[in-house]
Amino acid sequence: MKKKIPYYLMLMPAVALSLFIVLVPAVNTVISSFTDWNGISEERTFIGFQNYNDLLNDSVFIKAFFNNLKWLGMFLTVPVLMGLIAAGFLLYKRRSRNFYQVIFLCPYVIAPVANSLLWLTMIYNPVSGIMGVLGLQSPLVQRETALAGVAAVDIWHYWGFLAIIFFSALRQTPMDQVEAALVEGCNGFQLFRYIYFHSMLPTFRLMMIMIVINSFRTFDYIYLLTRGGPARATETLATLSYNLAFGMFQYGKASAVALIMSFIGLAASCIYVHFSRLEEIE
Amino acid sequence: MRTTKRQRRIAAVVLMMFVVLCIAPLSLTVLNSFKKSPEIIRNPLSVSISAGLENYRRAWKYGRFSSGFLNSIKLCSSAIITALTGAVLAAYVIANKKVRGTSVITVYFLVAMTIPFQLFLVPLYSTFAKYGLLGNHFAVGMIIGACNLPFSVTLMRTFFLGVPRELEEQARIDGAGTWQVIRRIILPIISPGIITVAIIVGLNSWNEYLLTATFLMGEKNFTATMGMLSLISVNLTDPGTNLAGAVILIGPVLAFFLTMQKYFIEGIVSGSVKG
Repeated sequence: MKKKIPYYLMLMPAVALSLFIVLVPAVNTVISSFTDWNGISEERTFIGFQNYNDLLNDSVFIKAFFNNLKWLGMFLTVPVLMGLIAAGFLLYKRRSRNFYQVIFLCPYVIAPVANSLLWLTMIYNPVSGIMGVLGLQSPLVQRETALAGVAAVDIWHYWGFLAIIFFSALRQTPMDQVEAALVEGCNGFQLFRYIYFHSMLPTFRLMMIMIVINSFRTFDYIYLLTRGGPARATETLATLSYNLAFGMFQYGKASAVALIMSFIGLAASCIYVHFSRLEEIE
Repeated sequence: MRTTKRQRRIAAVVLMMFVVLCIAPLSLTVLNSFKKSPEIIRNPLSVSISAGLENYRRAWKYGRFSSGFLNSIKLCSSAIITALTGAVLAAYVIANKKVRGTSVITVYFLVAMTIPFQLFLVPLYSTFAKYGLLGNHFAVGMIIGACNLPFSVTLMRTFFLGVPRELEEQARIDGAGTWQVIRRIILPIISPGIITVAIIVGLNSWNEYLLTATFLMGEKNFTATMGMLSLISVNLTDPGTNLAGAVILIGPVLAFFLTMQKYFIEGIVSGSVKG
């Protein structure tokens, strides 16, 4: 036991830091979700599940939840397709692939603040942007297109990340499988679908789960571009929680929303772990 | 893989379309940052440098980028040191299973990556307020480091798993002291991991704005990203200056990314690619 002390000490910084900065406040928040605390005053009264009840009957909460689902739908399709296509074609370009990879990652490394400004000023702005040149209205001001407008910016930011990951996974496809398929007369598309894609399936599944988890946490771009408007058209669970806490001082409710968000993420992780364990047994 | 010229050409066309998609907004921004605002409004696609460096001078001054960059650097270094120290020490223990309970910790860090920040933001804020740490860049850097710990630990663990145990044991049998083992065997294998974690944590903290905006009140405490935000909110009718500010903010990051791309790509990939 004495010999193990230095090892416990080595674990200490990471565990202690995570505990005090993340876990302990998180527990505090969980408890707060059962109270009507406003975040500032000293008084807190337990109200049981009332916050959760109110939320489930609140049209804004329902709308926010469905916005997250819409966001999920957009992100599971558009950037994934773009990433797969780019990754697939990168296989053909041996010498220039590094050039492409770097360019594709550029939007990803830029701060959300800068990205939002770029798009607001140069693209969505009816006066100084491309939309203005084309005579279109900014999608961010119309309720039907606002969420898609915000999603477009985040998709522009995110798709390159997926492309790089997918490409790296594709490169690990065993070449003897590829050769065998070519001998059997597979054309390009069949080759991709049955050999390359099958080989990268574990990575693909992992990225899809990450998209699910992150779709329920998405905050930055929505907050920066529309703050949840117009008329709550882009309100999501994360912005709702933030607004409840800092705008309306209903910290108890905000905590409840945050907890619901975490549960969804946790459920998604559990489902993923369950299915990947099943696969390993096969 | 043998490719025909026709296949390569199709690939090039498709890939170039993606390139244009990525580059177009960025180039428009840089292009227009050199123009006077009325000219931007008149025709955002024209090429000219009518404003010269005037936009940049104004953006630098009103975005308070001189103090902003300094504060950002303080924040980033604090975050990087926190995350690296915690991650390297913990990952060594976890990867080698030196202690009981390492699998619990591994699972904890995997799950911790999914926690939304709203879950700990407010109580942490009250605590920081109570202890007067609200304007302290190093303390806030530690928060960001803590938020990046799960990813850093997971990544470093992967690198430590790549150190063959027999190598370490053989060296000890041959009489190497602990320090020598670290320097000659472990360090060379994990140093790419250290660089990668440093780069990714550094990037995350540089681009971060929510935690910094919440915990760092007061203009003199602004980081570069917050300076940018305040510039925009004050300067609504002057796109030229705002764009110049954006270029100032993006420039260093892109330059850094271009020089360190190898580590960056490796880091992202090793954290997510399976098999």
